[in-house]
Amino acid sequence: MKFTEEHEWLREDGDEMIVGITAHAAEQLGDVVFVELPEEGTTVSKDDEVVVIESVKAASDILAPVDGEITEVNSALTDNPGMVNEDPQGEAWFFKMKISDASQLDDFMDEAAYQKFIG
Amino acid sequence: MNGLKRTPLYDLHVELGAKMVPFAGYEMPVQYPMGVMKEHLQTRQQVGLFDVSHMGQVLISGPSWESVAQAFESLVPMDVLGLEEDRQRYGFFTNDAGGIEDDLMFARRGAGLFVVVNAACKEADIARMRAALEPDLSVTELADRALIALQGPGAEVALSKLDPRAAGMRFMDVADLDLGGVTAWVSRSGYTGEDGYEISVAADAAAALTRALLDVDGVEPIGLGARDSLRLEAGLCLYGHDIGPDTNPVEAALTWAIQKVRRAGGDRAGGFPGADVIFDALAEGVQRKRVGLLPEGRAPMREGVALFDAEEGGKLIGLVTSGGFGPSVGGPVAMGYVTADLAAAGTAIWGEVRGKRLPLTVTKLPFVAANFKR
Repeated sequence: MKFTEEHEWLREDGDEMIVGITAHAAEQLGDVVFVELPEEGTTVSKDDEVVVIESVKAASDILAPVDGEITEVNSALTDNPGMVNEDPQGEAWFFKMKISDASQLDDFMDEAAYQKFIG
Repeated sequence: MNGLKRTPLYDLHVELGAKMVPFAGYEMPVQYPMGVMKEHLQTRQQVGLFDVSHMGQVLISGPSWESVAQAFESLVPMDVLGLEEDRQRYGFFTNDAGGIEDDLMFARRGAGLFVVVNAACKEADIARMRAALEPDLSVTELADRALIALQGPGAEVALSKLDPRAAGMRFMDVADLDLGGVTAWVSRSGYTGEDGYEISVAADAAAALTRALLDVDGVEPIGLGARDSLRLEAGLCLYGHDIGPDTNPVEAALTWAIQKVRRAGGDRAGGFPGADVIFDALAEGVQRKRVGLLPEGRAPMREGVALFDAEEGGKLIGLVTSGGFGPSVGGPVAMGYVTADLAAAGTAIWGEVRGKRLPLTVTKLPFVAANFKR
């Protein structure tokens, strides 16, 4: 699993990557009450706003971690946004994407580095 | 956090694991480890304990109750003189334009009036009261008192464990109770839509009393996050958001708080700032009204969301002034102002969220029925 400074995680799944937010991010957000997912098939560039997530406190955007194409979204989150708090690094993944440029992954952190990053 | 004040319960909040945030010049607990959603439901289902010591507590005293009440009526459009001993009432200070300078609670205690005002407004409120009432009356800020709210369907049982007289109080009654050897000024009121009490106690006794209340089964500490969603579901205004100096009480749907005796034709009609404007508004109606707003989808519509009369095109008809997720409703809830012609319950309108117009329905307030012991 790789981690970004935007508190997202990426996990390899065949030739795709699964993307979600970290447990740390979910805790900081508080109870999640709304998730708006992108359309499957959307082509995205790194840092595009692809997911809107609202907690009891505020709205936040989740950015595309790399360039690529959204191949699948986790529509269970739309009906049950609270999953993001219950299992942020497992069941509550947001989307899968096909990556255009694998070298963009090189900048991301491993788990130990991420834990250090969040202190 | 530089320059921020702390309430007498600060250390206890930290000990309980609260996340502290700046609010109205104080470091206040926004949530505890339970989290906003569970804290909200805890208060609706059992009992929540809130530190509201940041609010201003003021005692107005004078030679007689009549002198105090009559003078205070020059600041608010409420029937103060008609308030019975040990009873409390909701009110607001008005300005010359008929707008609302702050909302407040006031209680008749002996010959005096005990007033609780919002934290963010308290300095201005005290200055206003001093200017209008002194030197004939004395206006004393009770800065050495804490204020604790105990709210929820189990509040009566919980507080009765400390003083059984709590159970005999009705909604808006005020009494001195003996809470663990300390005399507290207690009112049966709150700002969550639930039954409960607001407890004013000497600052140095506040932490021990709070611990004693938290020791009672079913009582949990609740932060400002859940306080906001509770009052929103209850349809209650947040000063500076849903009401302010530019909204008059008729627009704000708060005319129920202006008793007949102070209205045109009443025995003590007028005599408060902006009376002419407010009487005109009462007689002729207003251009906009505060209403409940129920988004149809799951997306919360927060403060500032623009409201339209059509899904495309159309015209701007108002703004959301408070909005978020209502844990007891199980979906988004909001309130705001819309033009008077679209203020009827059931009217379909649209709110613009992230560039998209999403449907919502004008709804009667509150979203959750009040659970007061009248």
